[in-house]
Amino acid sequence: MKRIDIDHAEGRSRRIDTPGHHPEREAQPRGAIRRGKRPIDHAEAAERFLAAPDHLAFHDQRLWDLRQKRDREAFAIPEWEELRDLASSIKDYALANLDTLLEEFERNAQANGITVHWARDGAEHNRIVVEIMRRHDAPLLVKSKSMLTEECGFRDHMQEQGLAVIETDLGERIQQLDNEDPSHVVVPAVHKLRADVAAVFAKTLGTDPDNHDPAYLAEQQRESNRPLILGAGVGMTGANFLVAETGTVVVCTNEGNADLSANVPPVHIVSAGIEKIIPRAGDLGVFIRLLSRSALGSPITQYTSHFRGPRLGAEMHVILVDNGRSARLGMQQFRSALKCIRCGACMNTCPVYRRSGGLSYGATYAGPIGLIIDPTIDQRKYSALPYASTLNGSCTAVCPVKIDIHQQIHAWRGIMAEQKEPSRTKRTAMKAAALLLAHPSAYRVAVRTVGTVLPHMPRFAVYNPLNAWGRGREVPNAPRRTFHDWYKANRT
Amino acid sequence: MRIGLFIPCFIDTFYPDVGIATLELLERLGLDVAYPFDQTCCGQPMGNSGFTAECHAVERLFVENFAGFDAIVCPSASCTNQVRNKFSVDDEAGRLVRGKTYELVEFLHDVIGLDRLPRAEFPYQVTLHNSCTALRALDHEPAPEMNLPFHSKPRALLATVEGLTIVETDRAGECCGFGGTYSVTEEAVSARMGLDKVTRQQNTGAAYVVSADMSCLMHQQGCAARAGIDLNYLHIAQILNGYRP
Repeated sequence: MKRIDIDHAEGRSRRIDTPGHHPEREAQPRGAIRRGKRPIDHAEAAERFLAAPDHLAFHDQRLWDLRQKRDREAFAIPEWEELRDLASSIKDYALANLDTLLEEFERNAQANGITVHWARDGAEHNRIVVEIMRRHDAPLLVKSKSMLTEECGFRDHMQEQGLAVIETDLGERIQQLDNEDPSHVVVPAVHKLRADVAAVFAKTLGTDPDNHDPAYLAEQQRESNRPLILGAGVGMTGANFLVAETGTVVVCTNEGNADLSANVPPVHIVSAGIEKIIPRAGDLGVFIRLLSRSALGSPITQYTSHFRGPRLGAEMHVILVDNGRSARLGMQQFRSALKCIRCGACMNTCPVYRRSGGLSYGATYAGPIGLIIDPTIDQRKYSALPYASTLNGSCTAVCPVKIDIHQQIHAWRGIMAEQKEPSRTKRTAMKAAALLLAHPSAYRVAVRTVGTVLPHMPRFAVYNPLNAWGRGREVPNAPRRTFHDWYKANRT
Repeated sequence: MRIGLFIPCFIDTFYPDVGIATLELLERLGLDVAYPFDQTCCGQPMGNSGFTAECHAVERLFVENFAGFDAIVCPSASCTNQVRNKFSVDDEAGRLVRGKTYELVEFLHDVIGLDRLPRAEFPYQVTLHNSCTALRALDHEPAPEMNLPFHSKPRALLATVEGLTIVETDRAGECCGFGGTYSVTEEAVSARMGLDKVTRQQNTGAAYVVSADMSCLMHQQGCAARAGIDLNYLHIAQILNGYRP
């Protein structure tokens, strides 16, 4: 029989060897330094990531590989761009009718025996989960991957309450054991090399520190996690889609861990952002075709599970979480970011993300989509993030729901400038430049100075630490005569 | 047709040869070209950073300088995009000027319908650098991420140059990291992206990199020089105008 090779899960990607021989294991670069409300310095964290050549090379190539696989899948579908249009318009419709669709979902879910909760913010979400766990006298919750719970500070809160939470997604479990946030919405530990994982597992699970084999490491993790899943009183999953028409929760995973979390414990809690709603079951086909192709370049996610109600003798809860989403819906400029289906395609294609790592953004959401969402969560803290982009627009071109990502990043810059978030030096420089450029005669004098002075300046003056251009690049040679002067001499 | 030549500030200052090549090329095609003396800049450095209010007087000056022309031609995709799609002046004069501002390649390809050059010969291998703006805002080629039928305005023009062959750079559609003020605010990532770009250009074996955007080339040239990579960077206007090494 002909064997069919299906190359689609995260783990099945072709192996990427990092160049050079490094007998000493390179330390894993850590993410941005968080100092309360002080703005996150992405540039500084990125510089530390760049200083780790093995990690940098692997991260860049691994994610570029996903981007290429995404291209192959996208280009194999003739109606790809129409699909994006369709997905975008379904999401627009859902956002415009969010209130009625959510109520429709609630009605249908309740009719199917699901308990529906509404949570205004992360704290309320966490409280509801604690309540359910206390009611069932359950000390342990197993959960599959969910970015929303990251937003809610869920694990920390549960720990404070003396309740245990175990991640069942392999990458997310690695991050949990290493006390780190996920660095990517789909592949949360993508910034780690196999050796980093081996080190974390050796320290926390007692595995062989010198065995870097992915199969061995995955198996060890599974061995340690399976008994916990079997013994957990509550299971939690996120939701990729909530279908209003049927009251169904759809969860997509590649490891099947959501199905374990949902089906093994006697209670299943779904944490879902209110923007996950789609109107009809018939819309699902559009999103399912786009999601995994955009995310990992695979035709479909391995497990696409539809949860329509509790199984016999079990309980099912859905917590519909706002946590700032209604406010975002009211921000005309940024509301379309709510269309995001968290595929991570914008991260994979982003040349800045690939070279700085997700943790350098110091926020729940990294990469291009994070640059839009994060300042809606805390404008001051994430005020520098909209500048962590070249505005090249590749993110916008890959986005399966057609969010104009780079334009929104630019719009944030406008707000930051208006509200005086950039440094005084930068603001003064911008004002001075604008003034100069509005006055041709003054501008002419300035330009002539560049042409006549620059060539004669000693190198130490051009390449000093204040001159960011000269740190990694040569400064162009300014010729003696500008075009302006040439034109005057030759055409008039 | 009276054409107003817009030479962006950094080309005026650092690359006068590119301005001269643009002018000569248009003249050799028999066009009536003039360069208004009071021009300065499109305001992109401020606009790109979000300081749009500060751009207003600069935009006003641009509109005054170019209002009298039938077409405004500029050898830079990102500056053209700034004028056409980012300007905040929205009165009648402003709208008129914005609507008739063209980047050189699209002007030659779309407006003039150029299919033959007076004389241009370049018997070398070159690799083409399409800027992000040229790809994703001005449609020189479709965005490489999108499933659209292929066309290429710069390739169509370069095909009229005798002896020139194009070799492809790996990850050709990836940003080189210039990004205007980004090159300074995130200097380290920017320079790294530039180094990766010029290394891939070097791997093509071509001796020349050609682009419609001199600002990307300014950055790439700086990265190549620092890394000791021997590549020559030329604006497409220079090649089309019959540049000889």
